[in-house]
Amino acid sequence: MKTLVDAKIQEEYKVIGLGKKSLIRKRIIDMGVTIGTKIKVIKQAPLGDPIEVVLRGYHLTLRKSEAKEIYVEEQTK
Amino acid sequence: MNIALVGNPNSGKTTLFNELTGSNQSVGNWPGVTVEKKVGLAKFNSKVYNIIDLPGIYSLSTMSVDEVITREYLQKDEVDVIINIVDASNLERNLFLTMQLLEVQKPMIIALNMMDVLENRGVKLDIEMLSSYLQVPIIPIVASKSKGIKECLQSAVLQAGKKPVLLDYYSEKTKNIIDKIQSSLKDTHCTFSSAVRFIDEGPEVTIGCDVDLVKIAELNEWVEKQFINSSLDRDMIIADEKYSYISSVLQGVITKTKEETESLSDKIDKVLTHRIFAIPIFLMIMYLVFYMAFGPIGGFIKEYFEFGIEFIIFRIADVLVWMNVSDIVFSLVVDGILGGVGAVLSFLPEISMLFLMLSVLENSGYMSRAAFIMDRMFRRFGLSGRSFIPMLMGFGCSVPALMATRTLENEKERRLTMFIIPFMSCGAKFPVYAIFAAAFFSNNQANVVFSIYVIGIVIAILSGVILKRFISKGKTTNFIMELPEYRLPTIKNLFIHTWDRIRGFVVNAGTVILLAMIVIWVLQSFNFQLQLVSDSADSIFGVIGRSIAFIFEPLGFGEWRAAMSLIVGFVAKEAVVGTLGVLNGVGEGVLESPEMLAQPLREVFTPLSAYSFMVFTLLYLPCVAAFATMKREMNSWKWTFLAVGYQTGVAWLIAFLIYQIGTFVVG
Repeated sequence: MKTLVDAKIQEEYKVIGLGKKSLIRKRIIDMGVTIGTKIKVIKQAPLGDPIEVVLRGYHLTLRKSEAKEIYVEEQTK
Repeated sequence: MNIALVGNPNSGKTTLFNELTGSNQSVGNWPGVTVEKKVGLAKFNSKVYNIIDLPGIYSLSTMSVDEVITREYLQKDEVDVIINIVDASNLERNLFLTMQLLEVQKPMIIALNMMDVLENRGVKLDIEMLSSYLQVPIIPIVASKSKGIKECLQSAVLQAGKKPVLLDYYSEKTKNIIDKIQSSLKDTHCTFSSAVRFIDEGPEVTIGCDVDLVKIAELNEWVEKQFINSSLDRDMIIADEKYSYISSVLQGVITKTKEETESLSDKIDKVLTHRIFAIPIFLMIMYLVFYMAFGPIGGFIKEYFEFGIEFIIFRIADVLVWMNVSDIVFSLVVDGILGGVGAVLSFLPEISMLFLMLSVLENSGYMSRAAFIMDRMFRRFGLSGRSFIPMLMGFGCSVPALMATRTLENEKERRLTMFIIPFMSCGAKFPVYAIFAAAFFSNNQANVVFSIYVIGIVIAILSGVILKRFISKGKTTNFIMELPEYRLPTIKNLFIHTWDRIRGFVVNAGTVILLAMIVIWVLQSFNFQLQLVSDSADSIFGVIGRSIAFIFEPLGFGEWRAAMSLIVGFVAKEAVVGTLGVLNGVGEGVLESPEMLAQPLREVFTPLSAYSFMVFTLLYLPCVAAFATMKREMNSWKWTFLAVGYQTGVAWLIAFLIYQIGTFVVG
C-alpha cells in the first residue's frame, strides 16, 4: 500500500488508513488526519526529513517515520 | 466570576488575554506541582472579572502536560465561563477543540479571531449560521487590532450559568457505546466527556474516578469487541465523527469568492525553508540575534543606560555624605548594595535586546520553521526539532525555557532537554564573561565571549549523545508540529512579551540580589566573633571561602573570593559579578569602568584561569530559580539532583581539562 512517504510532492492524496506502529498515532488523529482527509506533501526539510504537508487548510510537519504509517491513495481527478 | 481562555496555539490567545486584562494585569505564575496559569483582571461595567489564561492546546487528550493542566482545570467548579478563541483562518482544526470543549458542558462562547485574514483570502463566513449549528454565541474579533473585545467579554458574562446543548453528531453505534459507558459509570464522577474519551483513550481516563477496576476492565473489553470488524479503530472513531461533522457544517457556512492564490506567507516560506538557502539563512538569523543583543547596538544603548545608573549612584552617595553617615553605613550602601545591584542592572540593555529578539522569533512564526530545519540534526542527540525552541529560549533565561518543554509529549525527550537547557548560556551569565573578557582578553573580547557560547552548545550536543543512552535508552523521539502562517509581530505584543521577561530580571536585582549583596557585605566585613575586620580574608566569608577553595585549585582559581562568588552564584548568576565587586571593595567603580574590577582580578587570575572560570560559570549548577523550576517540571528530586550533579560535574571536568591542558601547552 502507498504511504505518505511515497507521495509525489504537491499532489493531492486521500488518507485511507493509519498504521499501528506510529508513536504518536493519537496526536496525528487529533490533528485531523482521519480516513478520507485530503492531504498534500509540500516539501521536505533541507536535510531530507521531516516533511511538510497541508491538510484541512493548515500546514503540518512530521517525520518520514510517521508519514510511513499514513496510508494514502491518489485522488482521481 | 472566573472566565477561562482556551484555544489552539497561535490562535491569538495571548493577545486576547492582554487586550482583555489591559493594564490591570496581575500576572503571577501560580506555583504548584502542575498548575501553571496566568490570571488577569478584566473590568466591565464597573465589575471585575478574573481571566484565566490556559496553555494553548490542540486537543483535550492527555498526551502533553499542557493538555492535562487545561483539562483538569476546566473540570473545576470555579470555572464559570469558557471563552474558546478560534482562529477563523484555520477553522477546521480549531473547531475540533471547540467540539471537545462543548462536551465538557460548561457555559461557553466562541471568540472568532482573525476574521480579517479570512476576508483578505476572499472567504465569506456566515457567523450566524455557524453559531446556530454549534449552539453557542460567536463573537467576531480582531485581537491584534483590539476589535470586538468588549462585546466578547459582555457575551461571556451573559453566558454564565447556561450549559451548552449537547449536539447530535455521533453515529448511532457510537451513541450506543457512549450510553453504555455512561450508565456503567453512573455512580462515579465521570462526565459525558470522560465517557467519550473512554472510547479512544481507554480505562486510564477513569483514574481519579471512584470505580471498580474489575468492572472497568470488563467495560473496556466490551468496547474493544465493538470494534473488531469495524473499518475504524476505537481510537479513530471519535475524532473521525467530530471532523466529519465539522466538515459538513463548514460546507454550509463558507463561500469562497475567489480562487486561492499563493499567500505571502507561502512565498516567504519558500525562501526561508529553501533546500539550499535554509541553513545559511538560519545561521545568519541566529548570528543576527546575538549581534543585535551583544554587539554594537546593545552596547550603544548600554552606554547611555550606564550613564543614568551612575548618575543615580553618585546622587545617593552625595546624600549619604551630606547626611554625614558613618563609614560603615556608607560602605554598606555604596560598596555593598549599589555596587552589586548596579553591576547587575548595567547589563539590562543587552539582556532586553536578547529577549526582544527572541520574542520576534517566537511571534513571527520562524521558531517552528527553525524546528523544522533542525529536526534531522537534533534526532542524533536523542531530541527533536521541537526541543530546539526551549533550548534557544535558554539563551534568555532557563526558567521560561524549562517551562517551554511542556509542549514536548515524550517524557524522556523532555527530561533530556531539561538536562541540557542550562548549558545554553543564560543572559544572567553574560556579565561574568563581559567583565572577565574585558580584563584579560581586551584585544579579543567578542571572540572570547562567543567561544564561551559555542562551548555551551558543544557540551549540550555531546551531553545529548551521551545521555540519550541513559535517559531515553535508545528509544526514538517523535516530531509533529504545526507550521503556522508567518505574521508580522505587533509592537504592542513584542513590548508586552519582552517586558514580561525583563521584569523578572529587574525584580530579581531589586530583591534577591539586593538581599544577597547585603548579606555578603556583612559576612565579608565581620569575623565569627562579630568584629569588624580590616582584611576581608579574615571575615566569616573569607574563612569559609578558604576552606573550600581547594576544590577549585586544579581549575586554576583556588582562591577564596572566586570560590565564594561561585557559591553565591547559586542565588542568581548575576550575583557572581556583584560578589566579586563587593569582595574586592570596588563598589560603584565596576560601573565607572570595568577596569576597576579588572585590577584586583588580575592579581588572582591569569588569562588561562580566567577562561577556566568563565567556562565553569557557564556550565555549573543553575541558579536557585532554575533549580526550583526543574524540580517542579521534572516532578522528581532524583532527576533534579542528577541533572544539577551532572552539570556541576561536567563544569568541573571541562574547566579542569582547559586549565591543565592549557598549562601544559603554555608550559
